[in-house]
Amino acid sequence: MSTATATAASPVKAVIRSRLFWPAAVLTVLLVANLAFTPDFFSVHLQGGHLYGSLIDILHFGAPLILVSLGMTLVIATGGIDLSVGSTVAISGALACLHISDSSDPGSVGTVLTALGIALGAALVLGTVNGVLVARVGVQPIIATLILMVAGRGVAQLITDGQIITVTSDPFKLIGGGYWLTMPFAILLSALVVLATVLLTRFTALGLLLESVGGNPVASRLVGIRAMRLVGLVYVFSALCAALAGLMVSSNVSAADGNNAGLWIELDAILAVVLGGTSLNGGRFSIGGTVLGALIIQTLSTTVYTIGIPPETTLVFKAFVVIAVCLIQSPVFRAKLAARGTRTRRTTRSHAAGPTNREVGA
Amino acid sequence: MSKRVAASLVAGAMVTVLTACGSGGGGSADKGSGHKLVVGFSQVGAESGWRTANTKSIQESAKKAGVELKFSDAQQKQENQIKAIRSFIQQKVDVIAFSPVVESGWDTVLKEAKDAHIPVVLTDRAVDSKDESLYVSFLGSDFVEEGKKAGDWLVKEYANNSADVNIVQLEGTTGSAPANDRKSGFADATKGEPKFKVVASQTGDFTRAKGKEVMQAFLKSQPKIDVLYAHNDDMALGAIQAIEEAGKKPGTDIKIVSVDGVKDAFTAMSQGKINYDVECNPLLGDQLMDLVKKVKAGEQVPRRIKTEEGTFTPEQATAALPNRQY
Repeated sequence: MSTATATAASPVKAVIRSRLFWPAAVLTVLLVANLAFTPDFFSVHLQGGHLYGSLIDILHFGAPLILVSLGMTLVIATGGIDLSVGSTVAISGALACLHISDSSDPGSVGTVLTALGIALGAALVLGTVNGVLVARVGVQPIIATLILMVAGRGVAQLITDGQIITVTSDPFKLIGGGYWLTMPFAILLSALVVLATVLLTRFTALGLLLESVGGNPVASRLVGIRAMRLVGLVYVFSALCAALAGLMVSSNVSAADGNNAGLWIELDAILAVVLGGTSLNGGRFSIGGTVLGALIIQTLSTTVYTIGIPPETTLVFKAFVVIAVCLIQSPVFRAKLAARGTRTRRTTRSHAAGPTNREVGA
Repeated sequence: MSKRVAASLVAGAMVTVLTACGSGGGGSADKGSGHKLVVGFSQVGAESGWRTANTKSIQESAKKAGVELKFSDAQQKQENQIKAIRSFIQQKVDVIAFSPVVESGWDTVLKEAKDAHIPVVLTDRAVDSKDESLYVSFLGSDFVEEGKKAGDWLVKEYANNSADVNIVQLEGTTGSAPANDRKSGFADATKGEPKFKVVASQTGDFTRAKGKEVMQAFLKSQPKIDVLYAHNDDMALGAIQAIEEAGKKPGTDIKIVSVDGVKDAFTAMSQGKINYDVECNPLLGDQLMDLVKKVKAGEQVPRRIKTEEGTFTPEQATAALPNRQY
């Protein structure tokens, strides 16, 4: 729990570099492994006026997960967790598609903007509900957000009437499936949100305050940080990120599927956060790590498709990779390996050991 | 809730009075007495457009056939379905029909129905039970047959072609009956000719988003794809978008064969983007009503009844599109 304050010292930079090093190394290994099976895996060329290639695909399909994981990172930094993001993804897509399909002019920019407004507005409400439950009422985050996770899926199905709503609207298609400056718009949008969040948390005191609240809420309150408001806000932020992701997902296939959109994405997001080196106990967080974690997960899926691993064994394959990544990232594990190799006993009580070790357990 | 229970109890009591303990006779006793046939039907839920069409068909056919339908939605939970079946038994309905949510765990409640002399009919999905006497008949699609039809079309389409045909397959949810059966049926139909090669096969979870994602990966990892076989229309619709983004023409550069026959797929077929669609028919209401009448009359019915299912070429799909309900 004291890690948040301990890292404020000067070796911070070295630690952060090493925390990003392992996720980056894993991602590189995965990508290179693909090269062995698909020789032109890294090739990116222009196709019909936009960039085309496996790497673009990974970024494109990873974009919603990056957004959801980004919101999740901040929630986890405060020591909470948000299980409701998958349902929020479904609700936002459903609301937007319903509005567009009901309108008389689905192709107009105005209709699409209203649809976006409705979806993000709904997310604002959902996030506030979570925030109030956690921060004001004092319900444990996992329980508070579980309510919306279960009920929200039902709400999404209610909105779509259990059907898949198909829309044909070019402006809406842009968000998740369109291209801008030869790049998929979804990638640019995600990058923008990530950048804004980094600026907001790393170039203002906000990030430090979040880590402080996550590290020790009571002490933070006693030194005068409005912990309650901060905790409430991160749930709103998480819901907004999820809603944006939901718009991307539904826009990408031009349809809203209340049953399947964003199904289990909360688990992928939590995994991405953990792979990125943020502790589930709260406190320090790494946005760069989370982005890498999300990309690892998406690359893993793409690898499964391109290498041709049978669907029956896909989950086992993924589990092994994830376990390996978690172990490699644990300084304690690495130290033990090294100690075995050199047969020298070393104490492993480095300041990074604590939180990373707990992640493996989680 | 208690109000509803009370109401159903009253209804049950009335039914008992009306049938005058006819259930002991095991069937044909009340033929022609003017008594309305009562069927209890427990549906899986409303998880897809297909399912909704299925429900509507059963409700409309019951009305048309003059059958009193007690409908219960299980919201995809087995315990709800068991509760519903128990309440049907209490109400002493004439026939119980249901689409089991899962395959196993039905022996106890079906035994209760059997002890109460109420015949049980399964629709759409089967149960996994050693005791065959627990239900009289199973009415539903034959998924193996659907896969076969898709494969047969392919064999015919490439009859005059001796070059290799590279096929990619989008499978349904791993382990689900339709995914397993559609895969094996297709493999059976095409195994006679070595030119048909399934070069890649992955699950798309029956969804559009996954179908698109997997197809995009296929398009990059497979140098030559001639045919896409999708286990349902939603995955095919997602894949079509991926193919278009790769600068290829779906239906021309890559031939597409799919299963289900939903309206969106027919729209795509009318644009020439899907070449062949095997129907998986949810409109089994009329067949079900025929079946329950026969069961009630004590007639011998087949253990397995297949739903009437067609196949669609783009021309047929275009013609059928305006009347497609789901």
